[in-house]
Amino acid sequence: MSERIYIFKRFERFWHWSQAALIMFLMLTGFEIHGSYRLFGFENAVSYHTFAAWTLVSLWVFAVFWHFTTGEWKQYIPTMEKVDAMFKYYVTGIFTNAPHPFRQTTLTKHNPLQRLAYLFVFVVVNPVIWFSGWAYLFYNELSVVGLGGLPLSWIAFFHVVGAFMMLIFFIAHVYLATAGHTPTAHIKAMVTGWEEAD
Amino acid sequence: MMNATRLKMGYVLFLVGGLLLSVPGFATVEKSSTSAAAPAASIAPAAAPQKAEQKSKSTADHSKFEELKRNFRNGPEVTKACLKCHTEAGKQVQHTKHWTWEYVNPVTKQKLGKKHVINNFCTSVKTNQTFCSACHVGYGWSDDSFDFSKEANVDCLACHDTTGKYKKIPGLSGHPNYKTMEWPPHSGRFREPTDLKKIAQNVGKTSRASCGACHFYGGGGDAVKHGDLDSSLKTPERYLDVHMDAEGLNFSCGECHLSDAHKVTGSRYAPTAAEKKGALLRGKDDGRNPTTCRACHGDAPHTEYAKLNDHTDKLACQTCHIPEFARGRLPTKMTWDWSTAGRLDEKGHRIQAKNSGGQVAYDSKKGDFTYERYVKPEYVWFNGDIKYTLFGDRVDGSDRVKINEFMGGPDDPNSRIWPVKVFRGKQPYDVENKTLAVFHTAGKGDAAFWGNYNWDKALKVGMASTAVAFSGKYDFVETEMSWPITHMVAPKEDALSCVQCHKENGRLEGLKGIYMPGNNNWPIIDFLGYSVALLALIGVLIHGGIRYLTSRKGG
Repeated sequence: MSERIYIFKRFERFWHWSQAALIMFLMLTGFEIHGSYRLFGFENAVSYHTFAAWTLVSLWVFAVFWHFTTGEWKQYIPTMEKVDAMFKYYVTGIFTNAPHPFRQTTLTKHNPLQRLAYLFVFVVVNPVIWFSGWAYLFYNELSVVGLGGLPLSWIAFFHVVGAFMMLIFFIAHVYLATAGHTPTAHIKAMVTGWEEAD
Repeated sequence: MMNATRLKMGYVLFLVGGLLLSVPGFATVEKSSTSAAAPAASIAPAAAPQKAEQKSKSTADHSKFEELKRNFRNGPEVTKACLKCHTEAGKQVQHTKHWTWEYVNPVTKQKLGKKHVINNFCTSVKTNQTFCSACHVGYGWSDDSFDFSKEANVDCLACHDTTGKYKKIPGLSGHPNYKTMEWPPHSGRFREPTDLKKIAQNVGKTSRASCGACHFYGGGGDAVKHGDLDSSLKTPERYLDVHMDAEGLNFSCGECHLSDAHKVTGSRYAPTAAEKKGALLRGKDDGRNPTTCRACHGDAPHTEYAKLNDHTDKLACQTCHIPEFARGRLPTKMTWDWSTAGRLDEKGHRIQAKNSGGQVAYDSKKGDFTYERYVKPEYVWFNGDIKYTLFGDRVDGSDRVKINEFMGGPDDPNSRIWPVKVFRGKQPYDVENKTLAVFHTAGKGDAAFWGNYNWDKALKVGMASTAVAFSGKYDFVETEMSWPITHMVAPKEDALSCVQCHKENGRLEGLKGIYMPGNNNWPIIDFLGYSVALLALIGVLIHGGIRYLTSRKGG
């Protein structure tokens, strides 16, 4: 019989899913602004994108607060331990029904690859997108913070590169969400908070 | 200050994390700057059409002036009467470009003004003053001997007539007709002698009609030259011009071209391409041009959609707010090919052919024309300096000659992207001396092209009036001339929408030095980004496929 562990608390789940919705919407509107397709119309896309971005910022303010007050930020301290085992599992073990090399607990709910990936998103992808996004929003006021000469093309370059990194992360993340001991196990856990461990 | 407020507000938002609904609050911060156009609305009722009969609000009724209760034999006599009270007016006018037709560009040192420039319409004033001076604020300018210092030569009525009956006739050296005369020539219609007494007794402030009497007809006819100035602006609808809307704000030209001591502000020779300051306090003389949009609207006029204010470091207001020119009832001339002029029918008579729109498309006197309505402007970087190709400047004949070139570029902080009408044509040049050639167009004498259709004679006389040598050998060269588009400002709902530029092949396609979201600006980044994303997608699909197959086997 499997045991059940309560991994994702209520705020964490709310944070995850609302963030997921916002990021998908930001990608949808963002790539329209970028010129990849037409959907809402440029003007609407810009308005929606800006609105969603500020909403995400607000959400993050709460998330940062939550992580520090609960100590959950420690979940993202990187470790190289078992990274090779994780790789090996995704390359071969997952096909041969080998046991998952990582066991979730409430104190270590992310496997070592997840830790690295999420940390990369937090310290590289997000800052790139956010700071370039703010520079975009306050483009004509940048001289106030001493960045008056920053050309829009540079700002846009970082914003677009950040967006592509997010898109690639998104693809990998959604897929790996199916890589639990059953294809829906992780997803269920993210909805209910309870992960069924072997 | 408002920008700083906006910035601060953004940070406050971030720090406080003011939840989802704080965002509309962010947008409303800008509401504090109200449109500068609002106070002007109070002008409207006085000028509404139903009150057109209302007497002038002037404190002087000129019909009661003893000086004007008499018959005048000619214009200068009227001027002398005017000057008896308005003692300084003549001197004032003589200091303006309206009088001198001269302007020295302080940057390029080029001597400009109508007296000196060449254009690609009728090409030059030289030797044609009897005709051209129909739009000079003076009487008697028929050749280079004209006395520019004589105050009685100033024409007050050209600008201050309110009756609409005062018409300076081309060919009369700036005079209206004092005797009955057939006009237009050979039309069978006759103009009565100009009633100078009535006109003098009804003088008043300038108006769209009085300014337009010349400025709407530049280039030889209604709507020909500028594209954004034609007689449909006499009583425009809101759609055509939001400020001059006859039933709305009903601005006169002078409302923007605020003038003092007869000096009219705003200039095509020295335009203010980039106004960086906010609204100008009316009445405060700090040397700024009061004619610009920003002089009234300030530096952050977009309150509903503040992002638009971020465009002002690159775009002139006109770029978005004048989506097209020639939006009135008339098409504007777009090309003029002099090289075909002079063809006559078998009897040796002048030919005129009209196009399907009823405009003259060919005239033996002038050559071939094309016209357009609702014209999308071309767009250029412009810092206010214009370099002209003048008499004697080298023209090699192989490339299209830029008769005037708008200076500026993306790296010049004083440049903005401006809409322009580019007028293209073909006109004579001296093949050996490599200069543009001007010719005697109209007037008396055997050499006038409109009399004898002989280029050799017309060019010889025209060039003799300049200080430039003429070899006698000529050909026609392609030329282009740019005109800034700044009138016919559309209501905001008709301004360009974002996507008209923010897309591939949008309005500003090809302009250097701008990054524009929506236009494929970083093709390599796009290629790399989409490639890696696609590879990731293929990778997970293959991975998932193998998992699916192996799990079935395993099961």
